[in-house]
Amino acid sequence: MVMVKSVSKKYGEKKVIENVSVKIKKGKITSFIGPNGAGKSTLLSMISRLIENDEGEIYIDNQNIKKSKSNQLAKKISILKQSNHINLKLTIRELVSFGRFPYSKGRLTEEDWKYVDEAIRYMDLEEIQYKYLDELSGGQRQRAFIAMVIAQDTEYILLDEPLNNLDMKHSVQIMKTLRRLVDELGKTVVIVIHDINFASVYSDYIVALKDGKIVREGATHEMINREVLREIYDMDMQIQEDMNCNKICLYFA
Amino acid sequence: MKIRYLVFALIIFSIASLFIGVSSISIFDIFRLNDDQVQILLISRFPRLISILIAGASMSICGLIMQQLSRNKFVSPTTAGTMDSARLGILVAMLLFASASSLQKMLVAFVFALLGTFIFMSILEKIKFKDAIFIPLVGLMFGNIINAIATFFAYRYDLIQNMSSWLLGDFSMIMRGRFELMYISIPLMVLAFLFANKFTIAGMGEDFSKNLGLNYRQVVNTGLIIVALVTASVVLTVGMIPFLGLIIPNIVTIYQGDHLRNSLIHTALLGAVFVLFCDILGRVIIYPYEIPISLTVGVIGSGIFIYLLLRRRAYGL
Repeated sequence: MVMVKSVSKKYGEKKVIENVSVKIKKGKITSFIGPNGAGKSTLLSMISRLIENDEGEIYIDNQNIKKSKSNQLAKKISILKQSNHINLKLTIRELVSFGRFPYSKGRLTEEDWKYVDEAIRYMDLEEIQYKYLDELSGGQRQRAFIAMVIAQDTEYILLDEPLNNLDMKHSVQIMKTLRRLVDELGKTVVIVIHDINFASVYSDYIVALKDGKIVREGATHEMINREVLREIYDMDMQIQEDMNCNKICLYFA
Repeated sequence: MKIRYLVFALIIFSIASLFIGVSSISIFDIFRLNDDQVQILLISRFPRLISILIAGASMSICGLIMQQLSRNKFVSPTTAGTMDSARLGILVAMLLFASASSLQKMLVAFVFALLGTFIFMSILEKIKFKDAIFIPLVGLMFGNIINAIATFFAYRYDLIQNMSSWLLGDFSMIMRGRFELMYISIPLMVLAFLFANKFTIAGMGEDFSKNLGLNYRQVVNTGLIIVALVTASVVLTVGMIPFLGLIIPNIVTIYQGDHLRNSLIHTALLGAVFVLFCDILGRVIIYPYEIPISLTVGVIGSGIFIYLLLRRRAYGL
């Protein structure tokens, strides 16, 4: 379990996260939602130790992350930030093999390569594994990065806007993969996501942030509710159920 | 390009390099050399060959490391002010210690090169406008400012002529006793090989590195120290060799990709072959006189550089 205890973060004078406490349960998909500038990405980055929190403590499985070794944490928690800017000429297979770095420091053993092969197979990238990243489409590239995280074999997987710049088909594909990671491999997934409907259909638990504070949190079916969403986004949405009883928010007009 | 072709070219050019020069030594005399010829080989030809190989390989590796760490294909010791800083360092060493030994000069040059590269890298982090061409332009301007400072002091203390000898890269002055400082590059190249994986990961960015538990700062600093030490030793013994660290890694990347594990050896070999070739060319064109290496590399290198720039749009470099 990830435990965030009254954490704050300031950039200069501006408080981006103010006294936030939250628990993230194992074996679930938790979505961070909220308007732009709410501090979702900052919170995610703090949990994954990419940026340091000014106040408060963060525990992963009862271990304070500030007191843990970065290399040890890399075997427990992984984070994928928006990766569209990486333009290196690396093959998918090379990228995925970096996921084993925390274990083997670059000298991969036979066992490491097994993890790499498995991750590539899991993300259905076998046929293009020797292609360079700069030859891939956005969706393929995102899958390659997720394969790397799978090879990293961490219990917690954090993703910052994984659907950014993806079309509908690829977005659904990625979300289904995340669902499989949780249901089949027992991972714990935390995502920052803007599309409220993807959050509604695929996540188990939703945490809503606004102005650096948590305004609401709860199980998905409680959160996708007209009053709750009005409080988060300051706008009125209609909520309907589709054929599979998923709640869909309509806010386009 | 296969490694064995590069090695083959390296051997052929190396042998050619040993037997080209004003005093004729033929390869067919190899088993019946007179004393004079042995002396020429030992005092001049071998040191020259070794320094060419080391300079070519190590400067190319420096370029590769810098491009990886700055995530920009056009950053190199020439375009980031590293060479100019090293030169300023040599000047300062000469001003401070009247009869500075090579080692002292190199240490001061190293400190300056490190500092200069560091400043450039921090400018890089601050710049919001990350256009691939804009950044080396900033580096060139930065290098020119440092250059201007060096020229100012050199002029005041009557060292202009002295300084221009480090401006021009030149292997003709290499002799036994004057190039041994370059051996320092060999362990540094080995270190670069050991860090190949880490440099590659660091090239994916700070967040990416931290996620994998890599100490990003430490890796970047190691890279910059390697670059500064190599540059300082090369500038001091040979002089400036422009464009080398820029074009060689870029050519290798085209066919080997960006994983340093795959591209380092190619880069080192191609760099050595290229400098050897340019040096032989410079020795043959106006035989028995010589054209300095900085000129031949500069002319051929800038041509390739322009080609790479134009090609960039087609390949999204």
